[in-house]
Amino acid sequence: MSRVRICQTAVIAGFVLLLEALCVGGVIDKVTMPPPHRIAVDFFKLLTTKTLYPEIGKSMANVLLAFVLAYVLGIVIGTALHGYRTLRDTLDPLFATYYAIPVFAFYPRCIVMFGLGDGPQVLIGFLLGIVAVIVTTLNGLDRVPNVLRKTALVSRLTPLQTALHVTLPFCAPYLLTAAKLALAYAFIGVIGSEFIMARSGMGYEIGFAYTNFDNATMYPLILLILLLSVIMNSALSRWEKVLLARRGQQ
Amino acid sequence: MPVPHVTLRGVTKVFPASAGGQGVHALGPIDVEIDKGEFFAIVGPSGCGKSTLLELIAGLLPVTEGHIEFEGRRIGHDIPDGVGVVFQEDACFPWLTVRDNVAFGLRDAAFDAKERARRVDAAIAMMGLREFADSYPAQLSGGMRQRVCIARTLVAQPRLILLDEPFGALDQQTRLLMGDEVLRLWRETGATVFLITHALDEAAMLADRIGVMSARPGKVIDVVQTGWPRDRDSRIVEREQFGAITSRLWKTLRDESMKTMGRMTTPA
Repeated sequence: MSRVRICQTAVIAGFVLLLEALCVGGVIDKVTMPPPHRIAVDFFKLLTTKTLYPEIGKSMANVLLAFVLAYVLGIVIGTALHGYRTLRDTLDPLFATYYAIPVFAFYPRCIVMFGLGDGPQVLIGFLLGIVAVIVTTLNGLDRVPNVLRKTALVSRLTPLQTALHVTLPFCAPYLLTAAKLALAYAFIGVIGSEFIMARSGMGYEIGFAYTNFDNATMYPLILLILLLSVIMNSALSRWEKVLLARRGQQ
Repeated sequence: MPVPHVTLRGVTKVFPASAGGQGVHALGPIDVEIDKGEFFAIVGPSGCGKSTLLELIAGLLPVTEGHIEFEGRRIGHDIPDGVGVVFQEDACFPWLTVRDNVAFGLRDAAFDAKERARRVDAAIAMMGLREFADSYPAQLSGGMRQRVCIARTLVAQPRLILLDEPFGALDQQTRLLMGDEVLRLWRETGATVFLITHALDEAAMLADRIGVMSARPGKVIDVVQTGWPRDRDSRIVEREQFGAITSRLWKTLRDESMKTMGRMTTPA
């Protein structure tokens, strides 16, 4: 294990031990938060009893759908936009200020338009992620060396072939960064929307457990979301490192 | 009378004015004929339009006036078939192994997988990269990466190879050795080679004929016949005639280079 990895593990273990001590010592009362060992036991129960599996499955399916839509459309729009300087310059102010817009403010409007089903939650996750993907794709495409574009031309590649075989593969590390952002935003959008107003899903269950002081459900679900998000992002980061190492950039 | 392999007739390139600026007359008019299987080099001062000339022949840029023919067909807006280009900059695809980089040159070829693999392996072997076939470009030296680019160009068996200062980023020894490689490949493939270089000794060592370009707008102001045998290598630099050729090139180029630097010609 590397020195950095040991330090990272020590920080997390130290934080958990501190929480454990504060909870067991009564500094944090157990209605506010149960001790981490209790959360671990409840987490294990959550996974073995399987009663919340439909909620978890529904939320994860919506996260995945929001992520895929934001990622694929973001790359397609980013790639198309790269060839149209004027349009890109026109949209630049929107991209620059997009994340200052509270997208969640539109959630009630989305419910009016699409009902209380999965649509508004996926839409919020998608809206949060897509601009990050577009901007990161544009950023990657800006860095494609001119000589690679010329190589594509002398190889008689069509614009689509150039994108698929030259420019987007060159941008792969940027596209993985875009994937990490889109995934994080999909989680935030879907779980957050479920939390605000929904009839099912992990966010809804967390909200329901919160209002009923059901810590045995709430904290394990929060832990599950944390773990899923961290595992998926770590896998993408690892892949990114492999790509960068191949290019001598690590 | 045989038709020249490449013909440039009154080729002129003017880059249009940008907002508030003036158009740039970069080249021409240029008239040159290159025979099939000939090794033709162009030397000239910085900024005289050497690379622009190469990009015009490759079909990467449109000519403003005049025309270019390759194998009797005019080069228009489309990139001509049978032309391979090696650029000065590193054009390896960093996400592909050496083998996949070279195979990229055969992407649209109508061979079966076995024939494709055979040709790729042959090109890799020809460039002395066999033991690096599964390496990524980042694991190779600058000279080896340039050899990968040459292999990728050669595997498609182009009839005209355009070299745009391909050894510009390499050290002197590697350049001489790469020059030997290029001469060997030129003999083996029988292709016509058009080399752009700023190095007079490189042009004198490699080419059958050398076109000397003026300062911008670049025109061919002299054509030097080297008279070297086809079977030659870098040891040709030891010959007395080599010195005479480079001296003649420099004599022609000196004033042009000074014009580029914005200085007055000083008497010898």
